[in-house]
Amino acid sequence: MSEEGIVKKFCYMNRKAPYGTIYALESLEVVLIAAAFDQDISLVFADDGVYQLTKNQDTNGIGMKNFSKTYSALGDYDIKKIYVEKESLDERGLTADDLQALVYEDEDDDWAEKNSLFVVDRAELSSIIDSQDIVLSF
Amino acid sequence: MPLEVNGQSFETDEEGYLADLNQWQPDLAEAMAVADGAELSENHWEVINFLREYYEEYQIAPAVRVLTKAIGKKLGKDKGNSKYLYELFPYGPAKQACKYAGLPKPTGCV
Repeated sequence: MSEEGIVKKFCYMNRKAPYGTIYALESLEVVLIAAAFDQDISLVFADDGVYQLTKNQDTNGIGMKNFSKTYSALGDYDIKKIYVEKESLDERGLTADDLQALVYEDEDDDWAEKNSLFVVDRAELSSIIDSQDIVLSF
Repeated sequence: MPLEVNGQSFETDEEGYLADLNQWQPDLAEAMAVADGAELSENHWEVINFLREYYEEYQIAPAVRVLTKAIGKKLGKDKGNSKYLYELFPYGPAKQACKYAGLPKPTGCV
């Protein structure tokens, strides 16, 4: 690439349950497309959005594609900052153990797998959101 | 327009992508390639099989940048570059190889 592009901080907020509406899947697709533009991307999962990252999802009963496996591809797309709000987990009786592990491979460190999922509390999350240039809510 | 292979008819979309990926079989990939005036070599199959495994694991067809990086890691640096992949699949490595692999067209990618 000949031109040095402007890098902005993009934050994608995910606040809805994975199925029942199209928001979760649409957000994921937008993120995967946007990842091609070399921007500084963060994902936030709060409210019912935390269900999007739960393990062992089974969509057989509802006739929808189980796209939860796709979240583990985010690392391949260089998305390394995925924040889950602790209070949202607590309110739903969930813990970090109920979520799938998300990692990326660090090219500069012999492809070592590194964690990309961070549980943060509401105050931390608020300062993360505050530091963004663009916040997109789904 | 349906594709006829081994006496069976397979439904495809208007761009020639297989409608139901569970129906895929290697002969379909060969037939699609012939229709494009190409012949599939061992090198083509490495990429096609890789894409099918990637889809099985992640439920998406990878973007071309991700494909290039992953192929480089799996099959060696000499294959993990866009020149090599475009030589194999001149219509766009992700797009063309995904079609032969029976996968949906990759989201927003060439």
